[in-house]
Amino acid sequence: MRVRRVRSADMADVVALDTRVTKLAKSDYWNDVFRRFGRQHSRERFFLVAEDRADRAVPRLLGFVIGEVRAWEFGSEPCGWVFALSVEPDLRLRGTGSALIEAISREFKKVGIGKMRTMVARDAQLPLLFFRSEGMTAGPYIQLEKDLD
Amino acid sequence: MRLQISTQLAIFAILELATREGHQLSVAEIGEKYGVSSHHLAKVMHVMGRAGFVRSVRGAGGGYQFAGNARRMTLLDVVQLFGDLSSVEPQTSLADATAEGQALRRVLSEIDDITQATLGSVTIATMCKLVSRHGGNGEQRPKSVALRHRT
Repeated sequence: MRVRRVRSADMADVVALDTRVTKLAKSDYWNDVFRRFGRQHSRERFFLVAEDRADRAVPRLLGFVIGEVRAWEFGSEPCGWVFALSVEPDLRLRGTGSALIEAISREFKKVGIGKMRTMVARDAQLPLLFFRSEGMTAGPYIQLEKDLD
Repeated sequence: MRLQISTQLAIFAILELATREGHQLSVAEIGEKYGVSSHHLAKVMHVMGRAGFVRSVRGAGGGYQFAGNARRMTLLDVVQLFGDLSSVEPQTSLADATAEGQALRRVLSEIDDITQATLGSVTIATMCKLVSRHGGNGEQRPKSVALRHRT
């Protein structure tokens, strides 16, 4: 398995994986994410993919992770936010998610970031179990919301 | 949040057994580490045996083995087995008939939801990693740590 920066040729597989997992096709969203995180190489924005290179001629996309450095939002010092992570459902529990988290953690550390955050729905048990197993714990913020009538 | 002694013992016993998957420990061995009576712990193990969390191994050198999936079983599974989240159950009280009671109930329900989500997100495997980070070692026999019993 190899983790590397995304390329435009990966996007069809990324969108297909996300559509399979979320049951929502959102190609406009993905075009925008690729434009901001993939095409424009930034030292503080990361869109990484994991691929299986057993067949070097036709590497297979295993999953992806996207994150960026955000500073001073909600009064927080600069930290790394992971806002998307997905692994091919049939190929989970093989270390792909951990490899993606390790890779993006390294990228955050390279630019001097010492804290990584994400947000998970309370009822999304599998992602919660995964991020907990990666050592993530509840942070110092509480997410609040209200219905706008 | 406070957990009953039985629930704490159940979690400790599961962690002891999960770190030695495939091997068994006797009730006395686990009880010695946490300073609790074999009698009390045996009751806890019996409940967990019926739930399929542990299996008993009979004969000389017998004891209990972990029988679950450490990457899927969560603290919530163990806590719920011992009914320690009773506050999550819908409560009917006179206060519910008032706006104040309903407002208070909504806040308490928020707390319960977060508690459940937190316990449900921590697997036994994750707990074993945390134990290891705190210097725990499954092979050593630490000094006995007495749990205080409620009177």
